[in-house]
Amino acid sequence: MADVTQPRSLGAMLTARRGGRSWHWTDVFTWTYLVFGVFLMFFPVVWLVLSSFKTPAGLLEFPPTLLPLGQIEQTVEGYDDPLLMFKVTMEDGSVRELAQVRRIGIIAQMVDPAVPGETIKVPIASREPIREFRVAWENYTRPLERFNFLTYLKNSVVVTTVATLVTLLINSMAAFGLSIYEFRGRNAVMLFVIGTLMIPITIILVPAYLVVTELGMVNTLWAVILPGAATPTGVFLLRQYMLTIPRDLIEAARMDRASEWSIYWRIVLPLSLPAIAVLAIFSVMWRWNDFLWPLIVLNRSEVYTLQIGLNAFQGELDVQWHYVLAMTVIALIPVTLVFAFLQRFITTGIASSGMK
Amino acid sequence: MTNALHKKLVLGVAALGLMAGNALAETELRMTWYNDGIEGEVMQGLLDKFEAANPDIKVTLDVVPYKAILESLPVQLAAGEGPDLARVTDLGGLSQYYLDLTPYISDAGYWKDNFGPFLKWLDPNGEAISGFMTQLTVTGPYVNKTLFEQAEVDMPGEGATWDDWAAASKAVADKLDIPIPMAWDRSGHRVAGPAISMGAKMFDADGKPALVDDGLKEMTQRLYDWHQDGTMAKELWGSVSGNQYLGANEDFANAQVVLYMSGSWQIPQFADKIGDAFDWWAVPAPCGPAACTGMPGGAALVALKTTEHPEEVGKLMDFLSAEENLAEFYGKTLFIPGHLGLAAGGVDFATDDPRAKHALETFAGAVPGISPIAFDLQGYVFNRVMFNALISRLGEAIVGEITLDEAYDRMEADVAKEIAEKERQ
Amino acid sequence: MAVSDNTSLSFGERLNAVFAWPVQLLFRLFEIPLSWVQRTIGIPRMPWIFLLPNLAFFGLFVVVPLFINFAYSLTGGAELFLQNRVYVGAEQYGYLMDCGSYLDANTCREDRFWKAVYNTIVFVFFQVSFMVLFSLITALILNQNIRARGFFRSVYFFPVLLSPVVVALIWKWILLRDGVLNAFLANFGIDKMLFFVDPAWSMFWAIFVSVWAHMGFYTLILLAGLQAIPPDLYEAAEMDGTKRERVFFRITLPLLWPNLLVVLVLALIKSVQIFDEVFVLTGGGPGTATQFIVQYIYNTGFTNQVQNFGLAAAASVVLGVVLFVLTLMQLAATRRKDG
Repeated sequence: MADVTQPRSLGAMLTARRGGRSWHWTDVFTWTYLVFGVFLMFFPVVWLVLSSFKTPAGLLEFPPTLLPLGQIEQTVEGYDDPLLMFKVTMEDGSVRELAQVRRIGIIAQMVDPAVPGETIKVPIASREPIREFRVAWENYTRPLERFNFLTYLKNSVVVTTVATLVTLLINSMAAFGLSIYEFRGRNAVMLFVIGTLMIPITIILVPAYLVVTELGMVNTLWAVILPGAATPTGVFLLRQYMLTIPRDLIEAARMDRASEWSIYWRIVLPLSLPAIAVLAIFSVMWRWNDFLWPLIVLNRSEVYTLQIGLNAFQGELDVQWHYVLAMTVIALIPVTLVFAFLQRFITTGIASSGMK
Repeated sequence: MTNALHKKLVLGVAALGLMAGNALAETELRMTWYNDGIEGEVMQGLLDKFEAANPDIKVTLDVVPYKAILESLPVQLAAGEGPDLARVTDLGGLSQYYLDLTPYISDAGYWKDNFGPFLKWLDPNGEAISGFMTQLTVTGPYVNKTLFEQAEVDMPGEGATWDDWAAASKAVADKLDIPIPMAWDRSGHRVAGPAISMGAKMFDADGKPALVDDGLKEMTQRLYDWHQDGTMAKELWGSVSGNQYLGANEDFANAQVVLYMSGSWQIPQFADKIGDAFDWWAVPAPCGPAACTGMPGGAALVALKTTEHPEEVGKLMDFLSAEENLAEFYGKTLFIPGHLGLAAGGVDFATDDPRAKHALETFAGAVPGISPIAFDLQGYVFNRVMFNALISRLGEAIVGEITLDEAYDRMEADVAKEIAEKERQ
Repeated sequence: MAVSDNTSLSFGERLNAVFAWPVQLLFRLFEIPLSWVQRTIGIPRMPWIFLLPNLAFFGLFVVVPLFINFAYSLTGGAELFLQNRVYVGAEQYGYLMDCGSYLDANTCREDRFWKAVYNTIVFVFFQVSFMVLFSLITALILNQNIRARGFFRSVYFFPVLLSPVVVALIWKWILLRDGVLNAFLANFGIDKMLFFVDPAWSMFWAIFVSVWAHMGFYTLILLAGLQAIPPDLYEAAEMDGTKRERVFFRITLPLLWPNLLVVLVLALIKSVQIFDEVFVLTGGGPGTATQFIVQYIYNTGFTNQVQNFGLAAAASVVLGVVLFVLTLMQLAATRRKDG
C-alpha cells in the first residue's frame, strides 16, 4: 500500500511509468486522463466557491467572469452619494473614465470626476462599467445574521454524530451476528438486508412519516436520527469485512471463557476498524446531506438542520441564489474536513473489506 | 404502536434534552413562513412589537423552503401535526384545516369590510374568517422600455392585444439581437388570465370545472405558435416537466427579455436587482375579445385548527391585521395590499424607485378590472388541479411529445381524475 | 503525502487514546447483562441478540412502512390515515396498466407512468454502462504506480461527498444558457446551446452528472479488487514480455470479475432509484424526456394538489417488485460464479 517509497525528482514524477521502457500509449493516456480528470472533478466545485462570492447581479452576467467583480464607485464633488464609474468611448473615438450621474432612457448623464462642474450626455450603448476584484462577503454575513445559523449547525452536528454512532453500533452488532455464527435463518436475514438495500426512502416517505407520528417523534431530532440508523449498506459492508477475520481467534477466545459480547467488542470490533471508518464517512455524508426526510418531520426552526435552513432561501417565486450558494459552501466545509481526516481509511478500508 | 415503547421513547427524548421547545409559563405560537424576499424580516419586526405589547405570548417564525409549504405542510396538517399559523398559497385546498377565528377576534365587521372578497378564497363554501392576504398579487406583463427606445419601436398603447405585444416584442428583439422576445412564467395561473381575456369560461353552467373551451384554445394555440416561431423561448416552458414553476425573472433582469409576463410580486426584486440598469415598466394586461384581465392571487396568513391556543392566535391576528400594521407590512415589502381600506387609501411604499412606484400603481390599478371569472377561478378549491393540468400538458405539446388536440384531451382527463380521487368516499 | 502503514498505525493509536476510554466503559457496562443473557439462552441463540437492535429499527422504519405502503396501493381517496381511506382493490394497478399498446405510452391512461418507465430503462442502460466503464478506467489508472496517487484518489472521490441537490445545482449553473460552458464554447465560435431544451442533451447531462457524482464510490470498490490481485502475476507476465493489453484481458479482468459484479449490481439498483439529482438538474424535462419512475411516484404522491397516495403506492410496489427480481437475478448469477 506504500504509495511512494522514496522521493523522486520532478522529472521522474512527470515521466513515471512502469519499468524503464519507452512511452507506451497507456502512459500518455494515463496522464491525459488524470489531468483532465482533476479539472473535471474540481472545476465545478471551484466554480461554486467563486460564484458564492459574487453579487446577485454578478451571478446573472454573461459571459460570466471567473472572479467576483464589483463596479468601482467614486465620490465626486457636488454629489452626495458615490457615483458609479464607466469607461466611455466618446464620439471622436477617445476613451474617458466618467462617473454616471443619472440615466434617462437611453442617454446617460456623466461627469468627469476631475471636472465635476460639467455634465456630458452619452448614449448608454457606448459606456462600459469599470470593475475591480471585490468579494461579496455579505452573501455569507447577511444570512448568518439573519437565521439561526448556530442552532442549525448544532442540530446538524448532533444529528450526524448521534446517528453515526448509533449506526456504527447496531450495524456492527448485526454484522457480527451474521458473519461469526452459523445459524438457521441467516440466509433469510441476509436476503432481507439486501432486499431493503433497494428501497429508496422517497417511496415510503408518507408511511414512514405516519410511523414517526405514532411514536410521537415529530419535531424532535430523533425523528431524523433513528429511521435511517439501520442502514443495509452498512451491515453488508461490515459483514463482508468481518468474514475475513480468522476463526481461530474467536475459537481461542471462547476457550479462554470470553463471553460472546466481549469477543464482539474486544476482538472483532478493533480488527474491523478500517471498514468502520469507511462506514463512518458514508454515514456522516448521508446524514449531513439529508434533505427530503428532515423537511417532512421537522417544522420548527429550533430543530432545523443546516440543509433545511439553507434551502429556506428558495421561495415560491424567487430563489436568492447568492445566499443559497454561500450557504452551500458553508455546509460543504465540515464534510470536507471529515473526509480529509478519514480519507486514508477509504482506500485501505474498502480495499481490505474485499466487497466480494 | 405499543404504549410502553411510546412512553419510553418520549422519556428518553426528554432525558437527553433533545426535545424541541421549552416549557416556559408563557404561551408559544408557531408560525410557518416562507420567503420570496424580505417579508420575513418585516414580519419579524411586527412580531417583536406584538411580543412587547403582550409579554405572555411568544411567537416564533419558522421559515421553511417553499417546497415544504406545498408538499410537507398538507401531510403534517392531515396528521394533526401542524403549526398554529402558516403562510399558504393553496388557499382553498387547505380550507378544511383552517380555524374559524370569528369567536376569537375583536371585530368581525372590520375583517368582513376589509378582507371580504379574500375570505371567500379561504373558505369557498362558508362564512369563516381564517386569515388575511399577506400579499395580493395580480398577473401582468413587464416590458424593458429601454430596449423599445433603443430599437425605436413604439410600445403598443392602451387596449393593445396580445398579438400586438407579441409582434412589437419580436420587432425589438430582432432589431437588437435580444435572445428572448417574450417570456411567460411557466405556470397555469399565468396562462389563465389571458385565456379568460380570450373568452375562456373555466366553469360550465353548473359551476363545474370545464377547462378546455374555445377561449382557452384561442390562447393556447397562440402560445403554441409563439414557441414555434421563436417569439417565446422553449427554454422556459420546454425545459422542465409536469407542473414545475419556472420564471424568467433573472433573464429579464439581465436584459435578455423584451416582454415578461409575470406578476406584481416581482416588483421588490426588480427594484433591487435591476435598479437603474434599464427602465422596466409594468404595462396593463393586454386585451382579448372578452376582457383585459390578469389573474389575482397571492399568499395568505391563516390560523390553523391544530392550535391549542385559539385565544392567543386571535389576539395575534387582530394585531397583525390592524390597519397601521398591515400598512407597514405592505409598505416595506412592496406588496399590493390585500386590505380594501388600504387599497382605496393607498399605501406609502418604501421605495424611491420611479419604476417600482409606477409598477405598483399599475398593478394596484388593475385590481378593479379583474374579470369575475378570474376571481371565481382563484377562489375555486381545485384551481391548482386545473392550472397544473393546463401547464403540464401544454408543455408536452410545445416540445412536440403530443399534439395540441391530444393535450386538450389529457387536460380534461387529468382534471377529472384528480377531482374524482379527492371526492372518492 | 506519503501514506505509510507506520503513520496510520500511530494515527489509530492516537484515536484510541482519545476515544477508547468512554467507549470501553460503555461496552463494559453491557458486559454484565449480556453475559447473563448468554448463560440463559446459550451461545447458539446469541446471534439473534446481536441482530435484535438492527432488525427492530428495520422493522419499525422500513418493514412497517412497506406494509402501509402496500395497503395504500389498495385504497383510493386523498385521506392520510388508512382507516379513513376507501378500499378499491386492484383498481390503482388496473389504472396504471390500462394501455392500448404497451409500446406507445400515449395510448395509456396513465401515460406519464409508462413514459417514466421507458425513460428509466434508457437511463439505466447508458448510465450503468458508462459508470462501470469509467470507474474501471479510473481504477486502472489510479492503481498504477503514479506520483501523488493519494491526491488523485481523493480528487476522484470528492464529488461523492456532495449532496445530490448541490451536485445538480452546480451543474445546472454551469450548463444554463448564460452559464460558463456556453461562455467557453463561445470562444470557439459555437453558438449558445440550450441543453435542457433538447431531449437528447438533457438525457446526456442527466447521465453525465450522475456518473460524475458517483463514479468515485465504484472506483474505490474496483481499486480494492485490483489491489487484491497478487503482484507476482504481473511480474511474471512482464518477464515473459506479455503485451499490456493481453495482461489486462488475461489477468486483470478475470480476477476483478467479482468486484465488477458488485459494482454492476449496486450501480443498477442506485440507477433505477435515481431521483433528486436529475430532478433538480433537468426538472424531468423537456416535456417528460428525463422524468424517471421515482420522480413519477414523488409527483403523484406529493406535488400534485390532490396527493394521490394510492396511485403512488401502486407504482412503488411495481417498482419494488422489479428491483427484487433484478436482485434475485444477481444472486443467481453470483451463485453460479461461486459454484
